[in-house]
Amino acid sequence: MAFAGTACLLVGLITALYAAVASIAGARTGRRELVVSGRRAMYCLAALLIAATAVLQSAFLRSDFSFKLVAEGSSTDTPTFYKVTAMWATQDGSLLLWALLLAVFSSAVLFLTRRSLRDIAPWATAVLGTLAAFFLMLMLGWENPFTTLAVAPQEGAGLNPLLRHPAMMIHPPMLYTGYVGFSIPFAFAIGALITRHTGADWIRATRRFALIAWTFLGAGIMLGALWSYTELGWGGYWAWDPVENASLMPWLTGTAFLHSIMVQEKRGMLKVWNVSLIIATFVLALLGTFLVRSGILESIHAFGASTIGVQFLTCIIVVIVGSTALVISRLPHLRSESRLDSLLSREAFFLLNNLVLVLLCVFVFWGTFFPLISEALTGTEASVGPPWFNAVTTPLALVLVLLTGIGPVLAWRRITPSGLRRVFVAPAGVTIVALVVLVALTNAEDSVLALAMFCLTAFVLTVVGQEMLRGTAARRVITGDSWPKAAAGLLARNRRRYGGFIAHAGIAVLFLGVAGSSAFLQQRDLRLSPGDTFRAGGYELTYERATARLGGDGAGTGAPIAFGAVLTARKGSESFTLHPSRNFYPTRDPSKGSIGRYFEGEATSEVDVRWGLHRDLWTAVRPDISQLEGPIQEANRKFADSSGDVQAVVIAAIAERYRTNPPPAAFRSIVSPLVAWIWIGGGIILLGALIAAWPTPEARVRRVRSLYRARVGRELSGA
Amino acid sequence: MVLAAVVLACLVALVVLRPLVEGPGREVEEDARRAELEAAKEAKYREIRDAELDRGMGKLSAEDHRTTDRELREEAIEILRELDALEGRSPRA
Amino acid sequence: MDPARKRKLRLVMALSVAVLLAGALVYTSFAGATEASTPSQLKASAESGRSYELTGKVVDGSVERRGDGLRFAIRDREGTERLPVNYQGVVPDPFRDGREVIVSGRMEGGTFVAERDSLVTKCPSKFTKEETS
Repeated sequence: MAFAGTACLLVGLITALYAAVASIAGARTGRRELVVSGRRAMYCLAALLIAATAVLQSAFLRSDFSFKLVAEGSSTDTPTFYKVTAMWATQDGSLLLWALLLAVFSSAVLFLTRRSLRDIAPWATAVLGTLAAFFLMLMLGWENPFTTLAVAPQEGAGLNPLLRHPAMMIHPPMLYTGYVGFSIPFAFAIGALITRHTGADWIRATRRFALIAWTFLGAGIMLGALWSYTELGWGGYWAWDPVENASLMPWLTGTAFLHSIMVQEKRGMLKVWNVSLIIATFVLALLGTFLVRSGILESIHAFGASTIGVQFLTCIIVVIVGSTALVISRLPHLRSESRLDSLLSREAFFLLNNLVLVLLCVFVFWGTFFPLISEALTGTEASVGPPWFNAVTTPLALVLVLLTGIGPVLAWRRITPSGLRRVFVAPAGVTIVALVVLVALTNAEDSVLALAMFCLTAFVLTVVGQEMLRGTAARRVITGDSWPKAAAGLLARNRRRYGGFIAHAGIAVLFLGVAGSSAFLQQRDLRLSPGDTFRAGGYELTYERATARLGGDGAGTGAPIAFGAVLTARKGSESFTLHPSRNFYPTRDPSKGSIGRYFEGEATSEVDVRWGLHRDLWTAVRPDISQLEGPIQEANRKFADSSGDVQAVVIAAIAERYRTNPPPAAFRSIVSPLVAWIWIGGGIILLGALIAAWPTPEARVRRVRSLYRARVGRELSGA
Repeated sequence: MVLAAVVLACLVALVVLRPLVEGPGREVEEDARRAELEAAKEAKYREIRDAELDRGMGKLSAEDHRTTDRELREEAIEILRELDALEGRSPRA
Repeated sequence: MDPARKRKLRLVMALSVAVLLAGALVYTSFAGATEASTPSQLKASAESGRSYELTGKVVDGSVERRGDGLRFAIRDREGTERLPVNYQGVVPDPFRDGREVIVSGRMEGGTFVAERDSLVTKCPSKFTKEETS
């Protein structure tokens, strides 16, 4: 079956190249049929890649170990969910995913713009086709997902247990949707530059794709942070690791892009800035894809030196050089149509917001690539860690949140000073009240930066609330509706504006969580025996007893053995239990012994978190199984050749030993105030983005009607 | 594998080469221009509504709103004029 | 002030701010950075008291757990010279013999004393070949 997959890739490569060539030929000669042919080629490419993906997925689901990828990443006892998602745990499979998403999105955008953007669309097709061809070439030449093994093993190696978490499996497709999504506006920007149609048309056509890409990228980043928090034994959600940063950077420039395109749409300004920004975002997206697989930076994620690093680097350099040359050659066509009227205008603040975001991106970039920079400049490789990153990004983050509160309040072109005064009275008042309350009633003043962020959050939320209230009031004056109806109507008629405001509120809430959880974190590492107690976050925690569980993992990770602990937490009348544990996965290494291999394979921390709006109580345990070494070695000798059932009984007996007589275990407890608001804030941002992206029915109806009118006119003239 | 590739290539060629065989399509150049103008018109209307809303919320002074509204309506009229020019070329039912 | 002069002034101000920021960026990063090193490099020439980021592989059989801490030996990716490491803090899940690790700390005597919680173990991308049945 694997040959079918490779065939799809091969024909796909030819199809992608044809799409590019035909589109360019059609654009230059003016022959529409070539352009249509190129577009259809893109549709075919999508179909071929869907077929190829289906072949690979069916191999995973059937546990067909003749496929090298399946043999290395899956096993018969891997739960089905993880069989499906194992495809993108590997380099080859994720290249296929990238190509698939690219082809599908390209087909979607070309279908939606098939009647418009006559001049730009063919060039965009050419760019997208060439990009797809690049990924297909990478697969066919170096990393074919359909490689087969001469001798199919009986059993596969199984999925790395660290990846057996739902968030971790949705995280790559979301990130890739983000990365690929940004290639669409990029392709259309290139097309706009080539054809010198540098008005707002290319922006209008691809705005939604940019927004969707931004949303998925953000969601992917959030999922990664959530996974880190709930799965890894250190209890944090962001480590400024190069791979994390690689996904953050395009998100930052993407956010800047979403704002600055509005300025071009409304005022015809910032044309050079916009094309440069989308080129930068796309390059960063490619960099993000490439960094994980290159091994050029030391990272917890680096999957070792890769065979495709050089090719990716070449692609990135070609894109940068080509795009820059193109932009420079089209500078005369990218002049602004108007000027900045006043600094108290939305345009000015969007520019400021862009500056802050780009600056953040530059800082993160500098810190991420510092090892290479320092090596180039001084000869020794040095790296900067989270303290440096936090120090340089926190002031900018504060400014950013401040701006998210000011932007919504302004108007395009200019706002009157008296209007401005009126609009800031309530938010300023609420902020001062919040400041006073926080200083008086909490210990928030221990961290000046966190206190500042809390006040800014209050500011932003008040601004957004006020905007929605006043907007509803203004609408009521016009339509005379009731309050709820007017509010709904306001939201429906101004989705972009109010969706954006909601997203701003989400950002403020998210940073509230970040500030609280980073400034007021309390972490304790202890060694406890059953019966010991300690205090954390106002609770009294008691290590009640040890646990040993065999099989039947509730979380569906397929771990046969888990050792853990039961802790009870008490505060006043409130009490609950926590069950942190450690999963042990067997290894196939025969040198560890037939019993020992169950204890010597990979192990993952199964954290237990007590979520709370006010604070989270996070606990992890590392059971000490060194005292079981003796019994395990003995069992290895005695029961080496016993049947599976006997071995199971022996393992159960050993596990029971741990449970009844556990040595002191290492516990880590972390109290993170307000961390839940990070995830809540993320959800609010998602809601805002959804509202902003939702197509307005009126425009659709009118567009359809005009098409019908056009068709009638056409058919009459043709009859 | 080669057989599969050839089969797939033929299928793709069937879909992709049909427009070349059929010759220049019946899509008229103006459809594209009309769609672009319609989109621009929608955007302009949205701007006019936004300005009204801003006036209602007190962000724009009466004078500023008058100026802005006048400019935007001028731009909208230009777009409508272009649209009408297109309509004029092809007879309507 | 006429608009042209105003714009020039804005430009000069913006450029000065940019230069200041760039300077701050460069200075703080070089000042706060830890030098990356391999075990053989540290054994050959290490300044005591200076902070280093050590990368290498865990030597098979060298891992000892004592109390809250961990002692193990680290070697170059392709090398045999061992450097003993004294570590306290959270041990990442993938940590075991033969895995690549990154740990920050200083040299004291002949041992690398690590900063608390600074141990990072690289995720293996797939199970190593030695584990196929």
